[in-house]
Amino acid sequence: MSQYAIPSGWEAVIGLEIHAQLATRSKIFSGASTAFGAEPNAQACAVDLGLPGVLPVLNEGAVRMASLFGLAIDADISRVSSFDRKNYFYPDLPKGYQTTQLARPIVVGGEVTITTGEGKKAREHTIRVTRAHLEEDAGKSLHEDFHGMSGIDLNRAGTPLIEIVSEPDMRSPEQAVAYARKIHAIVQYLGICDGNMQEGSFRVDANISVRPEGDEAFGTRTEIKNVNSFRFLQRAIEFEIERQIDLLETGGEVVQATRLYDPDRDETRLMRTKEEADDYRYFPCPDLLPVELDEATIESWRAELPELPDAKAGRYQTEYGLSAYDAGVLTSSRATAEYFEAVIAREGSDAKLAANWVMGEVAALLNRLELEIGECPVPADKLADLLERINDGTLSNKLGREVFEALAEEGGSVDAIIEARGLKQISDTGAIEAMVDEVIEANPGQVEAYRGGKDKLFGFFVGQVMKAAKGKANPKAVNEVLKRRLDGE
Amino acid sequence: MSTNDSPQGGDAALINASIAQLKDWLAAGELSANDLAAAFERRIETIDPELNSLISRVEANAPASTDGPLAGIPYAHKDIFCAKGTRTTCGSRMLGDWVAPYDSTVHERLSQSGAVLLGKANMDEFAMGSSNENSHFGAVANPWDTAAVPGGSSGGSAAAVAARLVPFATGTDTGGSIRQPAAFCGVTGIKPTYGRVSRYGMIAYASSFDQGGVIAKSAADCALVLGEMAGFDPKDSTSSDEAVPDYVAGLDGSIEGLRVGIPKQWFSDALDPAVGDAVTAAIDELRAAGARMVEIDLPDADIALAAYYLLAPAEASSNLSRFDGVRFGYRCEDPKDLQDLYERTRSEGFGSEVKRRILVGTYALSAGYYDAFYRRAQKARRLVTEHFQRAFDQCDLIAGPVTPTPAFDRGAHSDDPAKMYLEDIFTIPVNLAGLPGMSVPAGFVNGRPVGLQLIGRHFDEGRLLNVAHQYQQRVDWHERMPSIAGDSANDNREG
Amino acid sequence: MSLTNDQLQAVAHLARIAVEPESTEALRTDLNAILDQARLLDDPRLNDLEPMAHPLDQTQRLRPDEVTETDQRDTLMEGAPAQENGLFLVPKVIE
Repeated sequence: MSQYAIPSGWEAVIGLEIHAQLATRSKIFSGASTAFGAEPNAQACAVDLGLPGVLPVLNEGAVRMASLFGLAIDADISRVSSFDRKNYFYPDLPKGYQTTQLARPIVVGGEVTITTGEGKKAREHTIRVTRAHLEEDAGKSLHEDFHGMSGIDLNRAGTPLIEIVSEPDMRSPEQAVAYARKIHAIVQYLGICDGNMQEGSFRVDANISVRPEGDEAFGTRTEIKNVNSFRFLQRAIEFEIERQIDLLETGGEVVQATRLYDPDRDETRLMRTKEEADDYRYFPCPDLLPVELDEATIESWRAELPELPDAKAGRYQTEYGLSAYDAGVLTSSRATAEYFEAVIAREGSDAKLAANWVMGEVAALLNRLELEIGECPVPADKLADLLERINDGTLSNKLGREVFEALAEEGGSVDAIIEARGLKQISDTGAIEAMVDEVIEANPGQVEAYRGGKDKLFGFFVGQVMKAAKGKANPKAVNEVLKRRLDGE
Repeated sequence: MSTNDSPQGGDAALINASIAQLKDWLAAGELSANDLAAAFERRIETIDPELNSLISRVEANAPASTDGPLAGIPYAHKDIFCAKGTRTTCGSRMLGDWVAPYDSTVHERLSQSGAVLLGKANMDEFAMGSSNENSHFGAVANPWDTAAVPGGSSGGSAAAVAARLVPFATGTDTGGSIRQPAAFCGVTGIKPTYGRVSRYGMIAYASSFDQGGVIAKSAADCALVLGEMAGFDPKDSTSSDEAVPDYVAGLDGSIEGLRVGIPKQWFSDALDPAVGDAVTAAIDELRAAGARMVEIDLPDADIALAAYYLLAPAEASSNLSRFDGVRFGYRCEDPKDLQDLYERTRSEGFGSEVKRRILVGTYALSAGYYDAFYRRAQKARRLVTEHFQRAFDQCDLIAGPVTPTPAFDRGAHSDDPAKMYLEDIFTIPVNLAGLPGMSVPAGFVNGRPVGLQLIGRHFDEGRLLNVAHQYQQRVDWHERMPSIAGDSANDNREG
Repeated sequence: MSLTNDQLQAVAHLARIAVEPESTEALRTDLNAILDQARLLDDPRLNDLEPMAHPLDQTQRLRPDEVTETDQRDTLMEGAPAQENGLFLVPKVIE
């Protein structure tokens, strides 16, 4: 990540609102499917379309998932929560109101710990979560031209969301991104959100203000809507901080407004000012009753909680002796941790070796191919096969990298690649002894000099043997045999 | 009219028969469901042009069930209930051509019980009104006096039952919309406890008040139909899973010793003395049947009215936002942009009373006014509910007038909405508290019917029906039938 | 509490209902008559009462997370005022 520094004399104050689509099978208030990618409006039932007379019925799965999130961040789960209506007109909002939770959200409070920087510069920060509430997603307006009209697809309407609202606890784009990534990791660990930012399953709005360093009062904030990648989040916040500071330093003032980040131009632009914002006329939804959760239900959900990123990172350090940084990287996403754990599930595996490979070769490969770890062309079991061959001495690290590249490009089994490419390291003692004997026989002068005290010549013998083995001899075995033959006899 | 197609006494006997009687004839094979439907269809044909009680006729289909509790019994739906494949207008231009693509739960249940839908009844647009003058499809005439309104908003349902166009009709009651028209038309209507009947597929006016119910000739008929409509619906989160008792079985119980609360504030100057006399006479009948009268306090009807006329419009302003010309219903011609689409569709599609209530409700919810209006009104709702709770410590049910006056003339209040709202002063408090209420025919003032209102505890519909039925064993107000121009059945009856 | 013409226009905009200038005055009179009644809600007896949103003291029932709806698009969109390729059409949406 780029190293951005806020201009000196200024401090940025950042809070995030994250919308995470919950991975329920059906919608929050109807029995229609939430699957992505159906034909337009094929998954919009009478309730989702807001036809006259329809009524909402709350999905238990959505309540459970929102509660799991609350439990994961140590928040209070409201024993009684309720739904309100947020009224505004928009074509993708079928009923003319969004059903959401204003007065009594299901999750209150909670916090997450983030780390920024590496090594000695690593710093931990606690970011407080204000609340997380359940609400329904809207549909989509499609802007291709239909005789000068827009098309409305309501398949997404009614997909359950949790909106996670943080306190304005972040002071840099780096912290904001680390917080967003941590929330992203948590919802994925919990299995309550697929986290797909391109498809809009995980959307981030950032509230940003700046103030002179040391000031207590917050500056006027702007809200940047729907940033759909972590990289854009970083860029959008950087841009907005710079824009606001420029304004203030040149005698201008920040206007409270909602802005959109345009990744093509790498800038934010005005969407609407506070004055233009609708009066949403929130009031309690009369079609839904208060949601009551009893202790037993909440406890049964608590028992479902999986090992979460922080706990897992701690365990990697104590159990596998990994560094805090490595443990942090390997647990940063559920998919990475799952990949890593699948690799080390192999009996006799070496966790440190596996960690180095996952963070080194695997990460580099994914970076190069722009793939997620779930799509890695070298699946975890293949990497485990490969590491097993390094461990048993069949492959050197160098040969291992060659096999890894072959696996990535062509697939196939590790042993078949070793066989086909003749990459097998010669570890067979008999074969190595034969080669050593040949080298000794062919170089009587050097043997005499070595035995006379010229220790440095040992390297020469190693080189000669490796040359004879075309580089495939197990170096450890070569050393051993040479020592025995030269020193012992 | 032919007398060959009914068991005894021709169409006149059929149309005046109780549902139980019709069932007996059907079961005994003395009458076929087709002939029964045909008799009512003929009647609709000849009489309804005078009344305008139905917005749409529905081709009578063979009953979905031939042995259900209502098999073969014709009826009309208030045009607020969705029935798949039928035009469902809610009395509005907004839904003038809208064909419901799904069934309301009430329709589903009545179909399963074998009832046969003959038409969709006229109503005040989106159930907003007390006179049925707010319908896009024209006003409805009161069968007892065509110059008078039938009441509203279920005016078409009440008029159709009073004129014997159907044995029963569904209705909805948000602030009195079943009880007031039932009173004005001299028929029996029950608004059950909030949550007793599913609201799914019943187009919403004010969701925390709306409740579906029945209008029929007698309490016994209401009992039979309500038993079929009521019960928990997984599609309506606000419906109750409280067990539905056998209302018919409960009709015959004695009311000896029953404590009937008489709210002293309701017999004041606001009440037309002649209406007061009729209601008092009805209460005397209850006493004669063994009930004990207890004077109770039910103050603050004015506060209830003020609260209702903020809360209901507030909910309505939100409920009616979906009528935006995008997915169904009316859309204005050639909208030039989105704003124009919304504004013209809604301005042209809604009538003036609906727009008035949407504006009131929008204002009541808007920033800066929510606490003064909406929140205070919700507190007033609590106050009114607590008054009822205290009253029910002293009595088992409450009896009083339904309306301050008998049916008024068409046009009498149409230029003064605030005055029109006073019509609902005795019915609205019941909706605020979500209690069950009934209107039972209790006499006439100047040839126009008067209703006795019975109010029960939550889920005490069985007791209301029992008391109403016992009352109807002693009087014949509910058996009176209006004489309507061109009505040959009247001649038959007299002959 | 009396509604001004400007307030009426603002409310009408929120509700997306056009109020023609010639009907403004009559509508304002009607609304003010209704809102006048709201003065009754200043009654101090209301101060300490808990606002009541629902007539019954019930809690929300939850639905199991199951897909129960099938594709009914053709039926449900039959009444759409304008549609093409399974989409509802509206005047251009500008974001």
